[in-house]
Amino acid sequence: MTATDLCTDSTPKAGIARHDLDLLLLIRHFELALLDLFARGELNGTTHTCLGQEYVPVALAPLLQADDYVFSNHRGHGHYLARYEDPEGLLAEIMGREGAVCAGVGGSQHILRDRYLSTGVQGESLPVAAGAALHLRGSGALACVYIGDGTWGEGSVYEALNMAALWRLPLLVIVENNGIAQSTPTTRQLAGTIRDRAHGFGIRHHGVTSLDLTDIRADLTPLLQSVRTDSHPLVVEFVTHRLGPHSKGDDTRPPDQVRALPDWYRTAEPDPLVFATADEAARARVAGIVRDVAARPLSRWSPCG
Amino acid sequence: MRVGENLNAALGDLLERDPKAYVIGEDVLDPYGGAFKVTRGLSTRFPDRVLGTPISESGLSGLAAGLALCGDTAIVEIMFSDFVALAFDQITNFAAKSVSMYGSRVPMRLIVRCPTGGGRGYGPTHSQSLQKHFIGVPGLAVYEMSALHDNRTVLASMLASAQPCVFFEDKVLYTRRMHDLDPLFSRDALSGGDGLSSGDAISGDENVGGGECDKSDGYGVRGFRDVGVVRDEVVRVFIDDPAESDCVIIAPGGVADRALAAMRRMFVEREVTCCLLVPSRLYPFDVEPLLSTLRNAKAIVIAEESTAGGTWGAEVAHRIHQHMWKNLSRPVALVHSADSVIPTAAHLEQRVLLQESTIYAAILEALHD
Repeated sequence: MTATDLCTDSTPKAGIARHDLDLLLLIRHFELALLDLFARGELNGTTHTCLGQEYVPVALAPLLQADDYVFSNHRGHGHYLARYEDPEGLLAEIMGREGAVCAGVGGSQHILRDRYLSTGVQGESLPVAAGAALHLRGSGALACVYIGDGTWGEGSVYEALNMAALWRLPLLVIVENNGIAQSTPTTRQLAGTIRDRAHGFGIRHHGVTSLDLTDIRADLTPLLQSVRTDSHPLVVEFVTHRLGPHSKGDDTRPPDQVRALPDWYRTAEPDPLVFATADEAARARVAGIVRDVAARPLSRWSPCG
Repeated sequence: MRVGENLNAALGDLLERDPKAYVIGEDVLDPYGGAFKVTRGLSTRFPDRVLGTPISESGLSGLAAGLALCGDTAIVEIMFSDFVALAFDQITNFAAKSVSMYGSRVPMRLIVRCPTGGGRGYGPTHSQSLQKHFIGVPGLAVYEMSALHDNRTVLASMLASAQPCVFFEDKVLYTRRMHDLDPLFSRDALSGGDGLSSGDAISGDENVGGGECDKSDGYGVRGFRDVGVVRDEVVRVFIDDPAESDCVIIAPGGVADRALAAMRRMFVEREVTCCLLVPSRLYPFDVEPLLSTLRNAKAIVIAEESTAGGTWGAEVAHRIHQHMWKNLSRPVALVHSADSVIPTAAHLEQRVLLQESTIYAAILEALHD
């Protein structure tokens, strides 16, 4: 099934689990609130929202264990929220307010909490994740690293994949192929396919085009179990869509083209009443968090630790 | 014992004592044992924790940083320090920044070993001294190997700091004898952050005392006293009274022999007394423990093998100027290699690289001003 098929699928689907829907909507409204805060000049620096891609970490959330390492990237709010459901801590981090996950030092793209880490240089985290996978090898835990289609331009990706295959490391590479690297379409920056590149190292590749959490989890559960028990790397490529700008107000794609992209928001919950209720609840929750965090004192940090 | 053997033994001890320690690099496995044989025997003793990698400096450095992040101890060997440029992102943007960019201190026990320097005819891409490119990186310390510092102590100090360290090892030192000094000279040690230690001349492997934790880096490293390690020791080599030397030379381990040769000639030919200070840690650099030695010197010379421009010596000189400007009779003199690539042919290489004669001439010029 492709994402496009799903948009026109006439088969009635069972409703999405309420917790999943709430989490998806939390991330969606969190990201929309950030763009709104930026537009009003209330945020410092930059941010990269994951609008359209929220379902990827939500699908993976129950498949990952507390002792797994998760390495995220510049577009990582959804990854963090899906793991910890801590919008207050993340927003405080982004706004530099008390209660920030990393005291406001890391900001949007540099977060460390327990076994979750994000950092802002493309491809840098893959060798680091391979190191974590080496540390975990044989324990039943894995190291999961989120990268994009654009990340495949970095040489470090291949150095890490090579070692992960040679040394049978439990490394799960989640590729969010959203078709665009900042402003450059994937067709203009990636020769061949990600599948063939993974296969070039003898690494298994699994493609995901569905937006349906149940389908995705059903496919991935045995694959992730095999990474854990058989200790080998796996590349899972989500064909997904970035519905927002790269960072803020920098989308050069025609608005009509973006509007035509598949969006779980339109399809995840078949019951419009259920959806509207959940949607409004998430919107209100995030609005309350924004008010609360914005009113907090500034975060405190000393460069000398 | 040779310096390379001392380092090999130090790595072996570390792997023995710390079950979470790894040694990672290209061609480090037996029977090859590393391009300079520093890891010889280690993979035989510790096959699971000595990892021979593909030719992937960025990848293997990142992998090591990942182990460090997980609480392991990771020692990386970069075959030639020139290649550390390929790992610059992992070292400066990931490993070093991770110490502080997540808001609270993250311990990272990572050492990147870099066989370095010229004098062996390896040419422009296998002879450089890249220390200066790692100076001033928050969360990153730069050390240099010397024949006057026991590598067990140096490794322990680096790991006790729990921050990534780049360890430059001048290749010509591997075959030099440890602690081998001309009888003309005496030596003692100044310990970082705590001023002068015992002034008694000591020699050999006894050169380990009880130093103070260095507080100047702001991290207040704890547990240092417990491991009984002298942190960031500066070895002092002198003739007669070190505090009354005509000239003080500051030089890292790779340059120490050239400085000693210049000192010897200066004494024999001109009865000029020099004192040499050999720091183990090049950055952050503590100038305070050196002040009592520098105070009465007529000239101060900093010598290093780096090519000209943006040098380590310029950083150290600035620190000395800040402390002593009003008492100095002339600015601190800097000597280093020429502003040039390092040629392969021996006669050309010699013309570019810092020589004993360069140091000698700099001392002479400084004293005659």
